[in-house]
Amino acid sequence: MVIYGTALLAFCHLAGLFLGDLLGSLIGVKSNVGGVGIAMLMLISLRIYLHKRGLLPKETEAGVGFWGAMYIPVVVAMAAQQNVVVALKGGPVALLSAIGAALLCACVIAAISRTGRDTTTLPPVHHHEFVEEEDLVTAGVSHA
Amino acid sequence: MLEMFNRVVAHNGLVTAFALVGVIMWLSAVLSRRLTFGHVHGSAIAIIIGLVLAYVGGTVTGGEKGLADLSLFAGVGLMGGAMLRDFAIVATAFEVQVTEARKAGLIGTVSLFLGTIIPFIVGASIAWAFGYSDAVSMTTIGAGAVTYIVGPVTGAAIGASSDVVALSIATGLIKAIIVMVATPFAAGFLGLKTPRSAMIFGGLAGTVSGVSAGLAATDRRLVPYGALVATFHTGLGCLLGPSLLFFATRALVA
Repeated sequence: MVIYGTALLAFCHLAGLFLGDLLGSLIGVKSNVGGVGIAMLMLISLRIYLHKRGLLPKETEAGVGFWGAMYIPVVVAMAAQQNVVVALKGGPVALLSAIGAALLCACVIAAISRTGRDTTTLPPVHHHEFVEEEDLVTAGVSHA
Repeated sequence: MLEMFNRVVAHNGLVTAFALVGVIMWLSAVLSRRLTFGHVHGSAIAIIIGLVLAYVGGTVTGGEKGLADLSLFAGVGLMGGAMLRDFAIVATAFEVQVTEARKAGLIGTVSLFLGTIIPFIVGASIAWAFGYSDAVSMTTIGAGAVTYIVGPVTGAAIGASSDVVALSIATGLIKAIIVMVATPFAAGFLGLKTPRSAMIFGGLAGTVSGVSAGLAATDRRLVPYGALVATFHTGLGCLLGPSLLFFATRALVA
């Protein structure tokens, strides 16, 4: 059933955020420390465990896959509620700090991603159940 | 008639948001194909439209939550809020290939530390150059350059004034917007095409919102790898900001 997948996702989400809060208060930080990351790691391990035991039918996977596919629309909604007005009113200090930080980090990313051996690869686009038409278009462009 | 329509829309906020975002996505896909011949990803255009709508919403209402402050579009606040955003991000973990993620775990962690320290130094230096030369203000603005949550959390912990805290939030927001908008265009320069590079990006570019939107607009398959690292960004920043980074700044300035 589809709800099994969504419930599994919800369980990992709640447990991860709870552990993140716990970790935060343990080290005396007033914020959640890696809750979403912990939730992701839990979901990854649970997927592998259930998959090995054959307890992960297509419908269950679809209950998670749908929310993964909703990711970009959710991000668009997130963009639509940013406090853009305050950001633009920040003045030169905010603007220069942000641009400076972004530029310097971009250079460091470019440097690190080009050094060392990169043996990681992405799965082909068709791998996922919910593939968007847009993804196919971009994948085609970037591979050409 | 119009009143009835408005009532239906207002009473079904989340559903309205689904419809609205669907229209935005469709419009962006058309613009992407017709105007840029597929060179600019539809998602990138959709995110820019979202930011423009946020500006319009913020200007019209004077509120803090962009379009979501308009009662008609309050559902956008729920759809794009932290709950559903995190839910969707966790769901993308289903696509992570463990072997790939493990190969880049160390470099991802290194990037995470660099991604906290580098923006902090830049932010604190520029704050100093503009006359915010006390350790508390420098630290708060520097922390804002890490993420817009680290800024106010750090500022509150070390007792910064409210205008400095506002400045640090603005810094973090501008950085997040730059990362959202510029990433798809800078993807070639950044070398952003493998899980490893996405994890480096997630650590260094910071802010879950910036990383998630930037990667979504570049290649959807990179999202889980970047998000996996970026989600530790705010936590690490809130840990280092009011402690190590503040002490270091104080030692240097005093």
